[in-house]
Amino acid sequence: MLKVGVAWRKISANGIIYSTLALLALLAFNIFASPGFFNLEMKEGHLYGSLIDILRNGAPLMVLAVGMTLVIATGGIDLSVGPVIAISAAVATSMIGKNMGASNLPLPLVILGALAVASLCGFWNGILVSRIGIAPIVATLILYVAGRGIAQMITDGQIVRVFYDPYYFIGGGYLLIPFSLFVVAGVYLAAWLFTRRTAFGMFLESVGVNPNAARFSGISEKNIKLVAYTISGLCAGVAGILISSNLKSADGNNAGLWYELDAILSVALGGTPLTGGRFSLPGSFLGALIIQTLTTTIYSVGVPPQVVMLVKAIVVILVSLLQSNNFRQSIAARFPSRKGAAR
Amino acid sequence: MSESRSILETRAISKTFPGVNALSGVNFTLNAGEIHAVMGENGAGKSTLIKVLTGAEQPDSGEMLLAGKRIQPKSPHHAQELGISTVYQEVNLCPNLSVAENMFIGRETIKFGFINAKASVIRAREILQRMNISIDVTRQLDSYSVSIQQMVAIARAISVSQAQVLILDEPTSSLDRIEVQKLFEVMRQLKAHGQGIIFITHFIDQVYEISDRITVLHHGELVGTYTTADLSRISLVTKMIGKELTDLENLSKAKEAIQRDPAEQPFMQVEQLGRKGSIQPFNLDIYKGEVLGFAGLLGSGRSEAASLLFGIDSPDSGSIRIDQKEVKHLSPLKAILHGISLCPENRKTDGIFQELTVRENIIVGLQSSLGWFKFIPLKQQYEIAEKYIKLLRISTPSPDQLIRNLSGGNQQKVILARWLATDPRLLILDEPTRGIDIGTKTEIQKMLLDLVEEDKAVVFISSELEEVVRCSSRVMVLRDQQKVGELAGKHVNEAEIMQTIAGGAEYA
Repeated sequence: MLKVGVAWRKISANGIIYSTLALLALLAFNIFASPGFFNLEMKEGHLYGSLIDILRNGAPLMVLAVGMTLVIATGGIDLSVGPVIAISAAVATSMIGKNMGASNLPLPLVILGALAVASLCGFWNGILVSRIGIAPIVATLILYVAGRGIAQMITDGQIVRVFYDPYYFIGGGYLLIPFSLFVVAGVYLAAWLFTRRTAFGMFLESVGVNPNAARFSGISEKNIKLVAYTISGLCAGVAGILISSNLKSADGNNAGLWYELDAILSVALGGTPLTGGRFSLPGSFLGALIIQTLTTTIYSVGVPPQVVMLVKAIVVILVSLLQSNNFRQSIAARFPSRKGAAR
Repeated sequence: MSESRSILETRAISKTFPGVNALSGVNFTLNAGEIHAVMGENGAGKSTLIKVLTGAEQPDSGEMLLAGKRIQPKSPHHAQELGISTVYQEVNLCPNLSVAENMFIGRETIKFGFINAKASVIRAREILQRMNISIDVTRQLDSYSVSIQQMVAIARAISVSQAQVLILDEPTSSLDRIEVQKLFEVMRQLKAHGQGIIFITHFIDQVYEISDRITVLHHGELVGTYTTADLSRISLVTKMIGKELTDLENLSKAKEAIQRDPAEQPFMQVEQLGRKGSIQPFNLDIYKGEVLGFAGLLGSGRSEAASLLFGIDSPDSGSIRIDQKEVKHLSPLKAILHGISLCPENRKTDGIFQELTVRENIIVGLQSSLGWFKFIPLKQQYEIAEKYIKLLRISTPSPDQLIRNLSGGNQQKVILARWLATDPRLLILDEPTRGIDIGTKTEIQKMLLDLVEEDKAVVFISSELEEVVRCSSRVMVLRDQQKVGELAGKHVNEAEIMQTIAGGAEYA
């Protein structure tokens, strides 16, 4: 009984509960707005349906949200993940080359290469922030500005198309469910193990909550930040592979465009404070899911494209307000009778 | 006469926090022109009473009267508008603004829709001069010492024109003797003008020096309100903690000179260690099984010396030897690995992780000494946390409570637990007893002796000389960022320490 109480307080304090409610509300809306939304079909041993689509299309964002969560937990921010996606995509596709049905280099090497370059980008951000002391928003803005240029340099300014089935499989293949979901699961499992089964998570939160006290406790703030930004780069690399393999091409200008903003939003919706400290990976996953569900819902309902962004913004405002203690209290204060009933 | 005219009154105020009766049915009356001390142990309800008076918390029941009118302050700002101003224990100003800006922030003089900076500067200077403080009010606040910042905070509070009630929450905890006297002058002046002052402090001497009446709280309940002159010190202490002080007297026996084997090598040896602008080069040997006190006035370099010993600051001269081996580039982590721990002076900014639980706050030091990958399993974390909660009698509903929900004294115990858990060979305690109650102080002082029994070394820093004398077997004396002497054995007494601090010059 006591444990339930503690768990409940943890959940509601996280704000996860309100994100969950928002997601459920979105799904409930779809029951009425778009019939067939919940239909799942088996075709050739694959599951198809709007729900599967949401998960599949949301995969890159979900992966990205992991790295962003860790960076935000340090009290920082990583604006460069969109361009790093483009760089990772460019590296991977260039290593595969334009051969029909074959790759220049073995696939594991391709993946490793793209991830290594992306991690290097994150490491660069980490160096700028932790060793040189540049404010995170400025430090990562550097790669944000330069990143797409680097991606185009790698591909000689071309949109690289690849024709290699094993690569398609990563972002577009199915093992009953989309293969990209296994990638997502793998990333989350690894992140969970790294943050909650080593001391990294505790150190990360310590640095985010009170860097001074962390220093007095013998925690190296610099190394923690360096690792967080590197992981964020790595996650952007994974997202870049997912996106380029799904599109079978790498476009330096458009791959991962605006993803950094959606990733930040996912983390915020997931209840991790942007000032740093306590973080929640499940929360960020939920945040990414909300954003993707929202996007899919808007399109399937047939909202005119020119107002899509507006609708998205309104929903985001509503969810953010729901998460705010102050807002909930002031609403509750306006309806004293209801408050009593709710108790 | 106006003597007995009450300006602030609470009737049966109660406030409950989850699991705690913070205040139950407290009646409290503040008269115009009096200085009224509120005393109690940690968790007695002082802070909650202040929060209720200042509108930071709303009482569950009871009422408040200000000058006979019922009030319900909704926020500290609202309370200030009503005429209740507060200066908190920790300076709550903006360090990056100028002194004048800090004093008038939120109520600036407006001229043609713009802030009239000049008028603010002039008024700020006037107000401070009335308090006998002449500083450049256009300089940034953090260019001044904490004590000056505190004075600015008080100046700000009293300059709120309609303030009838001034609440001073531990205003003297970071002031030295002379500054305290200056503050008292100001308080007496305000009192003479008919202002009511609520004075919260742990310094019993100060209460007797300045207050007219004393209200004692215990476990959220009112013990009573007494005229200061009629209440003996011993009965005040008894009322506050409900136990006799013989415990404290027993402690003084420990102060007999330690007979050390001349062949014994010091645990830590420091030669010509110094850092420009914080402490001039000094030599020091620290032995196991002793409490070494650092004594000196505020700003004498006590904490700065400790920072060098723990590697928080890097020295620009000198060397450190631990166990006869030279250690270069000491960092906090390196220090911890060598068995040195430092419990920092400023609990709020350097000690606690507000948003983390008690368990995490305890475990973090030990975990950082083990590194990233030797993760302490959760089960063991709880065992360690529970052990220290019991050992130090930390009052918390569970190890999963966020530390910010604990009282100051209990937070301090958690920080102590963090360092005890690393099983240090040298524990440096910088002002471990500041702002906490006598009961906890005694517990901490006893703990020091236990550590010494276990053959550990302790460096003890306190601005309360009497406490340094009681606990230490040897004392390093500092003045003006310089080591000016070392006293041991029977020379460890207040008189000799003060003489050493005063040096050749006359001691005023």
